[in-house]
Amino acid sequence: MRGADELRRAAEFVVVPALALAISAAIFSAILLAMGQSPAAFFQLLWRGAFGTAFSWQNTLQRAAPLILTALCVALPARAGLMIIGGEGAFVMGGLAAATAALPLLGWAPAPLVLLLMAIAGTAAGALWIGLVGVLRHRRGVNETIASLLLAYIAVAVLSFLVEGPLRDPASPNKPSTHPIGAETMLGPIPGTSVHWGLVAGLIACLAAHVLISRTTTGFAIRIAGGNPHAALGQGLPVGRLLVLCCLLAGAAAGLAGFFDVATVHGAANVSLVAGYGFTGILVSFLARHNALAIPPVAILFGGLSAAGGLIQRRLGLPDATVALLEGVIFVTLLTSETLYGRFAIFQPRGARQRP
Amino acid sequence: MTDAGLFAVLVAMVAGAIRVSTPFLFVSLGECLTEKSGRVNLGLEGTLVLGAMVAFAVSYHSGNPWLGVAAAAAAGFALGALHGAICRLPRVNDVAIGIAMMSFGTGLAVFLGKPYIQPTAPRLPSLPLGDWLGIPSLALALDVSPLFLLGIALAFLLDWAFRNTRAGLVVRVTGDDAAAARALGIAVDRVRLVATALGGASAGIGGAFLSLFYPGSWNEGLSSGQGLMAVALVIFARWQPRRCLAASLLFGAAGALGPALQSIGITAGYYFFNAAPYILTLLVMAGTGSASRAARHAPGELSITR
Amino acid sequence: MPKRKNDSQGEEPARAAVSGQRGVTNMTAAGISRRSLVLGATTGAAALASAGWPGTAGAADKLVVGVIYVGTRGDFGWNQSHATAVEALKTVPGVSVVEEENVPETLAVANTMKSMIELDGAKLIFGTSFGYFNPFMVDIARQYPDVQLRHPTTLWSADKHPANLGGYFAYMDQAHYVNGVAAGLSSKTGKIGYVAAKPISLVLRTINSFMLGVRKGNPGATVKLIFTGDWSLPVREAEAANALASAGCDVVACHVDSPKVIVETLERRGVKSCGHNTSQAALAPKGFITGAETKYETIYKGFAELLARGEPLPNVAIGGYDKDMVTSTPFGAGASEEARRAATEAIAALRAGQPMFAGPIRDNKGNVIVAPGSALGNYAPELETANYLVEGIEGSVT
Repeated sequence: MRGADELRRAAEFVVVPALALAISAAIFSAILLAMGQSPAAFFQLLWRGAFGTAFSWQNTLQRAAPLILTALCVALPARAGLMIIGGEGAFVMGGLAAATAALPLLGWAPAPLVLLLMAIAGTAAGALWIGLVGVLRHRRGVNETIASLLLAYIAVAVLSFLVEGPLRDPASPNKPSTHPIGAETMLGPIPGTSVHWGLVAGLIACLAAHVLISRTTTGFAIRIAGGNPHAALGQGLPVGRLLVLCCLLAGAAAGLAGFFDVATVHGAANVSLVAGYGFTGILVSFLARHNALAIPPVAILFGGLSAAGGLIQRRLGLPDATVALLEGVIFVTLLTSETLYGRFAIFQPRGARQRP
Repeated sequence: MTDAGLFAVLVAMVAGAIRVSTPFLFVSLGECLTEKSGRVNLGLEGTLVLGAMVAFAVSYHSGNPWLGVAAAAAAGFALGALHGAICRLPRVNDVAIGIAMMSFGTGLAVFLGKPYIQPTAPRLPSLPLGDWLGIPSLALALDVSPLFLLGIALAFLLDWAFRNTRAGLVVRVTGDDAAAARALGIAVDRVRLVATALGGASAGIGGAFLSLFYPGSWNEGLSSGQGLMAVALVIFARWQPRRCLAASLLFGAAGALGPALQSIGITAGYYFFNAAPYILTLLVMAGTGSASRAARHAPGELSITR
Repeated sequence: MPKRKNDSQGEEPARAAVSGQRGVTNMTAAGISRRSLVLGATTGAAALASAGWPGTAGAADKLVVGVIYVGTRGDFGWNQSHATAVEALKTVPGVSVVEEENVPETLAVANTMKSMIELDGAKLIFGTSFGYFNPFMVDIARQYPDVQLRHPTTLWSADKHPANLGGYFAYMDQAHYVNGVAAGLSSKTGKIGYVAAKPISLVLRTINSFMLGVRKGNPGATVKLIFTGDWSLPVREAEAANALASAGCDVVACHVDSPKVIVETLERRGVKSCGHNTSQAALAPKGFITGAETKYETIYKGFAELLARGEPLPNVAIGGYDKDMVTSTPFGAGASEEARRAATEAIAALRAGQPMFAGPIRDNKGNVIVAPGSALGNYAPELETANYLVEGIEGSVT
């Protein structure tokens, strides 16, 4: 009986989003018909570009990888009741710190050691950047939403200043960058694919975040602090420290994503790091309802949309804004569909229904 | 810095405050109204961009920029109403919907706005308020848009209305304690719907300022995140319309600092001068805050400041 | 924060190889047909095994050509100048063109290229943003040796990069030199302004050429320089234009992606303006002087003709006025008679290969850039890595 109930609950989490996706498809089909385009061709290309071939899957997963980590930067503090929207800053600082940490090691230290230290530096820089937001909130009562946003803009200024000034590699006159870490140091893709290891790190981080939040006492305390800070204080929980802890972990996740962008893609820090991964992560986290285990599939949906967007542009001759609009429609519909949870009797546990 | 240079920078900052602050002002006032009713609309960045595009398109086709402003307000009202209507549904998170609406509004604006990047549309007129001074640089600085004056008036009007009118009280009660509001017979959802729609209309007008006055052109990078920043400024302004005005002016003035300093030859480290508004805001918040009053001024029902 | 269009540009240009090829182009500089233009710049073409080149003439398969833009195709600036020119390729029988816009300079562009190759069967790809080159286009070229890639810079070098990669570039600094000549002679105060995006070598080079042009006709004039920090920031660009106007500049030029906002703001302030990338003449009926425009259609048309004959594209195709790859916008009301005459003469001189960087030239810190009596050619590799501002410019690189 319990097994069947759990199945019903699980089915709800599949059927409701699927229904929302179907509704957005219907809305968007109407838009396409109004434009004189064929919805069938559109959705066929969407599928092919996102998941239709082995190449498309790799394309999708590559685009999803950084989003998983930057979404965690939103999800973890959200569970403690904080809304952090400046993961972009932690991502940028993580990439910058990783590239900088490699500088004194290049040429003599073995590549694995360099990468390890880069990862530590990137993670630490991200953690400190968002940790500062937590401290400001805890010690000075500064709202974390605005502080993290301001710090994101400041991080971009710091990056631009350093890569065009003190940290600039003189051999990069036209793309101001730090000294490259070199092909021999860079981290290769997962064997047999072109997907980089950031994806694996993201999955592990989501699993760890899930365990922390759902299976540990600290996680329980975080959820209490997020649900009702007054009650948490009343219970003697160290609310301030819990908030700062969540911020540190959140920043660490985004900083790690910045490290991977440098170690696997750019090979140096430059303003290409400012690609909006941190801001997209906010949407991913909200669509995943700040549930760490739901983040990877949502990030893959995002990756798929962006991977397929190119194919749609090219084959149908549509502007990129078409996909941007489709994304907007999907996000709004998916989030609106949350109102449907608990509305359908078929998904409700039978035990619950028998109760008066 | 010479005295002449210092004077030039000060004039530039005053001029910048007047030129650049208006979009921040309209968005933050709109969001202030929405948040006072207990709801958050983070999507005003999308509303700002859509408002800018709609205003430009309507002004271009009709030849009348004021029609453009009205259309931008209507588009903003519609987006706000959509946000408000969705958030009435149970279990829907207003912050999340706002972020999705940001994506939707921007997507819609970019989608519809492609044909308007190249043309020139009739621009809003300006009022030469400084001509009597006889100092050309000051006169130019005081060459203001009627929308700027409207924004200032709106700030004081909202401030007064929150304190002294029945409608203002209804909004505040709704935002502070929904249960108490219901007990008073207030239709909480309807109040929030109206407040969100009006907030959207205000943000739409902010967009019209961008495309029809300053910088006075439509393109996809027009806003560069000003809408999101303006929403955040409401928290900085502690949900008070007059402080929203002050914050917007401060932001505008600080934004003029970078180019003004470079124009008088102070060029090193311009990335930090350009980031001055953000650095300054953060310092002010850290300096004036204290651990005990994290959200003392916040409306009680607000989902982002618990 | 909105999606940010990332920084342009690639890495260090390959001096030796490219300069060798430039020798060829310079020698064939005077009066050339389009065919000899492209072939004249084609020392690398021999490296292309004809088997590796996808034939079009009479071939059963269509040649799929992919074009990638960093911004929107209708941006009234850099991307539009390419998108308009790419139309020439679409007229070639047997060629089909697929285009993708707003592709950032991240892993996204690598995936877009792969997607074009894997899913569309593209055999020739133009990646039109500078930052695409390294590492992305270099990696894809290595990974797919049977696909040809071309990049609108001079970063490619035969000894460092794969042979299926190459570059084409319109030397905008020549047109900015002409802007400078006209601006200097159209200014009454001798105070001129310049709004630029970022202090990268390509931009510094156009500013330097502009300054040299200004001093050519107006030796006492100075140029105040403002960097906005990014390629498209409309509000800050307007602020910069206002700041320069307030500082007393009566002529302002610019190097940003889309100068519409700057030119319109200047017109309202009663300040004369010079354009960039595309024609902004209509935006400033009173104060427009002239503008630096790319003529990428010359290059793409040349490519289209080669493709139509089934011939390989050159690895390097570069030029300025001499190759009809840049042009100046027709003079507007802001250009004085003297300015028009001098600018027209300057264009003729550049077409004849007369160098802009003729010594003595110092930077604005007093270091010698070109010694008295010597000169750097207009395609000299030294100019590719400029990290200085020449004398007369009030501004700094960092």
